[in-house]
Amino acid sequence: MKIAFNINGQPQEVDVDGNTPLLWVVRDMLNLKGTKFGCGKAACGACTLHVDGEAIRSCSYAVKFAEGKNITTIEGLGTAEKLHPVQQAWMEEVVPQCGYCQPGFMMATAALLEKVPNPTDEDIDNNIVNVCRCATYYRMRKAIHRAAEINRSANSITQ
Amino acid sequence: MSEKKKLSRRKFLVRGGIGTIGVVALGTYVFRNPMRRKVYELSETVVPPYSGAGTEANLWFEVTKDNQVVLYSPKVEMGQGVFTGIAQIAAEELDVAVEQIQVVAAATSTGVIDGLSTGGSLSIASLWQPLREMAATLREMVKGEAAKKMGVGTSSLTTSNGVVSGGGKEMTFAEALEGVVEWNLPDTPELRPNRQYKFVGKPVKRVDLMPKIIGDPIFGMDAEMPGMLHACIIRKEHIGATLKSVDTSKAEQMPGVVKVVKIDDWVGVVAKSFPQALAAKNKLDIEWDIPKKWTEAEIKDMLQVGKGNEMITQKTGSALDPEEEGVVSIEFTSPIGAHAQIEPNGAVAEVKDGKATIIMSTQVVALTRQQVAEALDLSEEDVNIIPTYLGGGFGRRLDTRHAIEAARLSQAVGKPVKYFFTRKEEFQHDQFRPPTHHVMRGKLNEDGLLEGLEHHYASGDVVINAPLFPAAMNTVLGTDLGAMRGGNIQYDKVPSHRAVQWHTTLPFATSSWRSLGLLANTFAIESFVDEMAIKAGKDPVAFRLAHISNEGNGKRLKAVIEKAGEFYKDGVTNGRAMGIATSIDAGSPCAQVVELSIENGEIKVHKVTCVFDCGIAVNPDQVKAQCEGSIIMGMSAAMHEKMTIKDGKLFPTIYGPYRMALMRHAPKEIDVILIEGADKPLPVGEPPLGPIGAAVGNALRRLTGQRLTDLPMGLA
Repeated sequence: MKIAFNINGQPQEVDVDGNTPLLWVVRDMLNLKGTKFGCGKAACGACTLHVDGEAIRSCSYAVKFAEGKNITTIEGLGTAEKLHPVQQAWMEEVVPQCGYCQPGFMMATAALLEKVPNPTDEDIDNNIVNVCRCATYYRMRKAIHRAAEINRSANSITQ
Repeated sequence: MSEKKKLSRRKFLVRGGIGTIGVVALGTYVFRNPMRRKVYELSETVVPPYSGAGTEANLWFEVTKDNQVVLYSPKVEMGQGVFTGIAQIAAEELDVAVEQIQVVAAATSTGVIDGLSTGGSLSIASLWQPLREMAATLREMVKGEAAKKMGVGTSSLTTSNGVVSGGGKEMTFAEALEGVVEWNLPDTPELRPNRQYKFVGKPVKRVDLMPKIIGDPIFGMDAEMPGMLHACIIRKEHIGATLKSVDTSKAEQMPGVVKVVKIDDWVGVVAKSFPQALAAKNKLDIEWDIPKKWTEAEIKDMLQVGKGNEMITQKTGSALDPEEEGVVSIEFTSPIGAHAQIEPNGAVAEVKDGKATIIMSTQVVALTRQQVAEALDLSEEDVNIIPTYLGGGFGRRLDTRHAIEAARLSQAVGKPVKYFFTRKEEFQHDQFRPPTHHVMRGKLNEDGLLEGLEHHYASGDVVINAPLFPAAMNTVLGTDLGAMRGGNIQYDKVPSHRAVQWHTTLPFATSSWRSLGLLANTFAIESFVDEMAIKAGKDPVAFRLAHISNEGNGKRLKAVIEKAGEFYKDGVTNGRAMGIATSIDAGSPCAQVVELSIENGEIKVHKVTCVFDCGIAVNPDQVKAQCEGSIIMGMSAAMHEKMTIKDGKLFPTIYGPYRMALMRHAPKEIDVILIEGADKPLPVGEPPLGPIGAAVGNALRRLTGQRLTDLPMGLA
């Protein structure tokens, strides 16, 4: 079936079995490889991206449900020239080790900060539940707080 | 890749002063047990020299026209930060800025081939000397060429930031090397002394930071080849099962299927997309031959101190008699552990015109090339392994034979094929951390000091039966050197101390898991020593220090314990208690202090202080990152993780049910203190995993009065 959506600000149409997980459409049809495959059962969060601003585990989200929606992947979150505050914070804290799970964590964090601009440690514990085998959680927590701080100072400048 | 080839301006043949010995030298004399023990001891402390290709001229460096230096790394980057470390090391002698160096993993076709693996925490330690020598040699070669072009003597030239200066003139490295075809290879120049380092010892940001922040396609899973198809392979669920029969007719009718391939005793489905390959695989009608359904109890029974192959790995003084009065015995266990790295194993392979090209995440480039060449009956020169960034290694990619399957599938369909494991297959076909059983024995004298201390431990395979290690080594050494990591007693002043290994090969594959035996062995030894300190009524820091001599690495071990001791307090304060533990692995001593409480029935680790001596910390920030990761991964293994056997199958098969430390379990405070107790870099990636389990257990003992002896530790 034909499915149309916006991805990273661009309109896109794909012709594919509607039950195909969005992950594989994004990775293999649209060649956006930043969204990762980890488990295929929505258990690890490596495939996290945004659908209409919500953090979604795309390995278990049928592409047909994306019809007419806005999808953002790590490639659309920010670029090397213009990093998203979450990516900026990740840089400052030097979070990644192997780096494989990090796009999923950054996407989950970006979605959290949209809803909870100044998360407490408890908010972070309850909402950031992806798996990182290098166990970079200690720096990630610092980076999440730092990202919130970058947002705050950006907002205070614009106001 | 072809793009890059075109950009190559120039390649330099650099001869490095590299040894060829991979493992501690073997000889028939080691058949005698005392000699064997000497070898065991050496294997614990000696950093084997880098053993890749390189005694012949090799390509390590390339200077591009825009004056960048490409460094072809024989070691792969799996998160440990090796690319950053070697860029710093090379920059030091090359006199270029770290930002001018681009590190890439060397494909086997470049000739820079690691003879062993990226593993054992050895990358930086083993490359430290040869890489500096090669970088210094290249620098002198550049100066030699610049001198000719500038018409001045080499001795008047200086180098900095990739520029040669002298006699009022300047020239970039690239300009100096323009048009050079033949090289005068100078003798290896003298290396710079420690105190003059410009880049080594600095917290340089990871060179792979940006690609990992913006989600660049750098991993094996991201690799593609033109016209590539996707494959799934069926894998048994029951331990020891073999394929009896398969009916492929339904699978062949599934959408997108190109071919169902049956080779020997395995079946692969090749389709246009991965979801199609997976759906078709699930339509295969398979009958398995299941000779028996293994149970958890049977495995436990096989793996007991007193069963299997016995080898005394350490022996001083006399053995303790367990029946004798005053001899304390405590048993400990650890479970089967999964690697659970997030990037599944896989490979993209193309076999065409008698040549194989394979892009993949692997820790064993040379071994994989050899395995593929053998399986496909090709010469090794006709197999090119192109390693990518790894989405985690942890030892899981020390055996990547699935490259053969990907290559065979490509051969069968005449197109490139991408194959990777599903998560269930990862969990059921891991090469697990073997379960262990430990019996600790000790006896205090009248002064409350240990007069005897023994560690008897049973383990499954770690390096025995691993394709990376020659089978002969195991026969000669008679013990599993991997299971032995951290197994010998470090308290050398105890008049009688010994360690005895009992080795058994289990019916499923077990192998190297980050830090090998260190995690479980240290948990047993350091929990027991702590218990003996309590029994003696002594401070756990002073008690440990009293039993370590100044011999060997004793002084360095004592230094980390003493430093950690400054952060340790006995007793319970505000519902929190502390625990301390220490280990020395591969010559790098580490001591950790844990502060925890119990909240809502769960163990809550608030703070970990880690004192670590890895000699020169080439990048202190990344050494700290390795400590932080080791601590939380070690907590995960010691407090949460456990594979079991259900209905003859390994279980669980997914994250979640395979419980792991998540954000909420990670300590909010981790303080890493580095002591540089040696004048060269020593292993980093695994040694800090040693103490954490016991440090947690020791803190719990002080908080609750209960001694937990089985991993993963849980509250009763």
